[in-house]
Amino acid sequence: MRPALKTITDVESGAALASSFAGEEVLFDPAGILFFPSLRLLVVSDLHLEKASSFARKRIFLPPYDTAATLTRLAALVAKYDPAIIVSLGDSFHDEEAALRLSSDTRRAIETLVVGRDMVWVTGNHDPHPPAGCPGDTVDELAVSGITFRHIAQRLFGGPEISGHYHPAAVLRARGKKVRRNCFACDGQRMVMPAFGVLTGGLPISHPEVSALFDRARLCAFMLGSNQVYPISANDLVGMPSKRSKARG
Amino acid sequence: MTETLPLFADQSAAPVSLPARFVRWFAEKGWRPRAHQLELLGKAEAGLSTLLIAPTGAGKTLAGFLPALVDLERRDKPKPGMIKPGVHTLYISPLKALAVDIERNLTKPVDEMDLPVRIETRTGDTPQAKRQRQKTHPPDILLTTPEQVSLLLSHKDAPRFFGDLRYVVLDELHSLVTSKRGHMLALALARLRRYVPDLQFIGLSATVAEPDDLRRWLVAQAPHEERLSELIEVGGGAKPNITILKGDNRIPWSGHFARYAMPDVYEAIQAHQTTLIFVNTRSQAELLFQELWSINEDSLPIALHHGSLDVSQRRKVEQAMGKNALRAVVATSTLDLGIDWGDVDLVVHVGSPKGASRLAQRIGRANHRMDEASKAILVPANRFEVLECQAALDANYLGFQDTPPVGQGALDVLCQHILGMACSEPFDADDLYAEVRSASIYTDLPRETFDRAVGFVSNGGYALQSYERYAKIRLGKDGLWRLTHPSVAQQYRLNAGTIIEAPVLAIRAVRKGAGRMKRGEPAQAATMRGGRVLGKIEELFLETLTPGDTFLFAGKVLRFEGIRENECYVSYAEGSEAKIPYYAGGKFPTTTFLSGEVRKMLADETQWDRLPKQVSDWLGYQKWKSVMPGGDKLLVETFPRGERFYMVAYPFEGRLAHQTLCMLLTRRLERAGAQPIGYVASDYAISIWSRKDMGAMLERGQMSLNDLFSQDMLGDDLEAWLDESFVFKRTFRYCALIAGLIEKRHPGKEKSGRQVTVSTDLIYDVLRSHEPDHIIMQATRHDARSGLLDVERLNDLLARIPGRIVHKNLERISPMAVPVMLEIGKEPVLSSNTGDDMMAEHAMNVDDLVREAMGEDAVETS
Repeated sequence: MRPALKTITDVESGAALASSFAGEEVLFDPAGILFFPSLRLLVVSDLHLEKASSFARKRIFLPPYDTAATLTRLAALVAKYDPAIIVSLGDSFHDEEAALRLSSDTRRAIETLVVGRDMVWVTGNHDPHPPAGCPGDTVDELAVSGITFRHIAQRLFGGPEISGHYHPAAVLRARGKKVRRNCFACDGQRMVMPAFGVLTGGLPISHPEVSALFDRARLCAFMLGSNQVYPISANDLVGMPSKRSKARG
Repeated sequence: MTETLPLFADQSAAPVSLPARFVRWFAEKGWRPRAHQLELLGKAEAGLSTLLIAPTGAGKTLAGFLPALVDLERRDKPKPGMIKPGVHTLYISPLKALAVDIERNLTKPVDEMDLPVRIETRTGDTPQAKRQRQKTHPPDILLTTPEQVSLLLSHKDAPRFFGDLRYVVLDELHSLVTSKRGHMLALALARLRRYVPDLQFIGLSATVAEPDDLRRWLVAQAPHEERLSELIEVGGGAKPNITILKGDNRIPWSGHFARYAMPDVYEAIQAHQTTLIFVNTRSQAELLFQELWSINEDSLPIALHHGSLDVSQRRKVEQAMGKNALRAVVATSTLDLGIDWGDVDLVVHVGSPKGASRLAQRIGRANHRMDEASKAILVPANRFEVLECQAALDANYLGFQDTPPVGQGALDVLCQHILGMACSEPFDADDLYAEVRSASIYTDLPRETFDRAVGFVSNGGYALQSYERYAKIRLGKDGLWRLTHPSVAQQYRLNAGTIIEAPVLAIRAVRKGAGRMKRGEPAQAATMRGGRVLGKIEELFLETLTPGDTFLFAGKVLRFEGIRENECYVSYAEGSEAKIPYYAGGKFPTTTFLSGEVRKMLADETQWDRLPKQVSDWLGYQKWKSVMPGGDKLLVETFPRGERFYMVAYPFEGRLAHQTLCMLLTRRLERAGAQPIGYVASDYAISIWSRKDMGAMLERGQMSLNDLFSQDMLGDDLEAWLDESFVFKRTFRYCALIAGLIEKRHPGKEKSGRQVTVSTDLIYDVLRSHEPDHIIMQATRHDARSGLLDVERLNDLLARIPGRIVHKNLERISPMAVPVMLEIGKEPVLSSNTGDDMMAEHAMNVDDLVREAMGEDAVETS
């Protein structure tokens, strides 16, 4: 059970949660993006643009509205935070030809989005090359203010690091009810961002591939509510492997 | 079937030319053909299609096959060099097991008469080699299922394979027609009719409420003209002997398990040869099976049978049953249909059968001899069920039927069918439209909708036409739609069918603790060896478990160890109590008819004498403390309890309609300022609780019951909620899979249900906000309204009650409110909020959080 696709009003009115990461103040927006006010840096991950048309090539006809819907949401957030830099943390496009399939409208939407700002496309496993005909710079990784930004977290890297790729989600259970939401997963040194594209799902952070990235004792899921972000201790989540270090006080 | 023909059948049969071989065979058996068998043969010889309605044990199956056997007997031997004829007779049944059973029963008389007839089955289990041979060397009689017919029709050679078809025999037609499988079959039959215009259909059915629906279903319809098949109705045999269990034990207020009655049921098993114990849900089956074994002092052979158990285990039970080696079987509806189960002499029905026809069909299992009375005992699980059982029993005595209506053909099934037809050969849209409309359930299909279905099959049918270059089918210059690529046919065949199962995992028994192996670690041979697969279990259920939780399955208490790959690991937890109830599977709401009868019974005090004393006393107390619900009235009680205020209403319209009602009422109460907190719905009543005193608000006129329950709640409120509801999303998933919007399986990538590549919830959200009138949304809305939400029934209720609502503001809970109040906490409470309150409750303080995540010093910087 996920909440329905957020309307633009929801996106605009969402209340961000202020916290800090690697000594920088950071806002967790319930739409699933990060904003660093002192750097005027907006980070979004896993847009998966043109995912539906990618499926259409296999003759599976998903609604062809995903790119426009994803970009409209992103545009609302850009208007809300007015960033100087937008970093898209990889898998911005669902496949290598995706940028070529952009309609003229969606291409224009991307151009409008970045007018007067720096756009940085971090490469991902779905989009290892610069997106054809889209404005901005393409890099494999990026370091800003001591934080490394890359698509896939490096397990042996000490951090601080912000990445995407895993589409983390968290499942909270209480009194026989369950809530499952996409989330930011963070242990203070490493953060994995939720996927932003409207056709992207979530992988529970209890999955060994995700949970192995974190210091279990400090892991927290910033779950995306309808218009708020809720920081939930990993101890309260369903299916988390048992903890090795001491429990939260 | 045939072996149970009585010695002296009706002799007034119409003269019909039965070949000598048949006359001799009947005589050798000491039988005579029954009147309806000969009558059906006569109609068939006259070229007519016929619906045969007969009770179990009337020789229905032989009747259905007699025309085919007689015709095949007369047929000339094929001369050498002549082209082998195609299939002569197609037999279609809803169950694979039934096809196998019929093969056994039909082969016997065919062998005994030495008829030149080859009979074969074709189901999902048939090996590839045999399927291939059937194509080149078709049997005379093919016994199969609806899915197989659709698959055969999607091949290029279908016209040749079916070109010699003379008869189609449809078994258990009453159960087929109401499902999407029935819709698919109706479309397949329309195609068969095109290949063979004078094709004849023989429908075999149990008694139904509206026989004409089935008669229309059997024959081709033409615009503006109603066509009906012939009808032969065989009167019921001896009246069944049904009783309601009379025991000394206290009948529970609520619950569905009837544990209280197990000693009495055990006594009944001891007193009979073979007892069939029917229950409504799998969890009931599991629990009662365990209860019976715990008191099985004589170690009677008692077995368990339900749809989630491993097939081999089910077959074992079925075989033992056939050999009369069992004294009792606890079973869910998997045994509902017409399979012969040896000499069952008692049917025990635990829980209300929830419908008069369902009761009749289940009792039909006992004693397959039409002239002997079947014996059945109803075991109500709670006090309301006592009333329901009594009503079902009365209805059965009067022969009243409440089978569901046949309804309209589904659009998702139509989409699947259109693609299947394109796989067979290019089609002309006008021709296919006419063919589809010849099926009675699609007669009212507008051309515009049909064209949108074709558009959907072609490229998704979106208003934004961006997928044309990837189309599956395309309109050629010759005006025909054809496949764009042969792989589309392969894709179709992998995904054809309308049975969408909830994602399931196999349950494998392992050593305790084995599921906690780390990922990537090689499975230890010692742990895996002997790890038997016990059956399948819904992923949704597993998601509620944490390792160490125990539950009942296959008659055993199992401990959940973990999930690995696509398997659920469990260990045996002998001696412990199962902690987690297993809810999924087969809960029917009470039929409208039965609910109406219960309301009448409540309103008519003179009928209370017929009920057990503890139940009539309970009704008496209700009358004294509050008022009786029932009749045309709707009783609404309000009372405080604990910190909360409760509103309990008694619509008796079944759980589905009640849940929908609760949700709509909660919205209105919210707007009225009553601050509702939660609700629960049973088959009989609803209970809503709030922070504000709803009773006082009603008495002060701050809100009115007529407004709360006014019919317009089915307008905007319903639409708004529908779109958000998880029920709707689940329905969307089914429709999307059946229509082929997403695939169950993709060539080369065998995906299980849990790995559908894009979440249908996300697709739904996108479609809802960008193209809410898309054909799959239309199909979903239709299904959700009529099926899972029972909106039609709620509509009837709301139309019935204006001016008839009786409010009783009480100081405390009334006797009749006890059962629904006991459901609180047992049934999952559905709430309309998005889960934010739960997250808020568990959310951590940000300062603590930062401290915890980054150590003490980090707080300074935030």
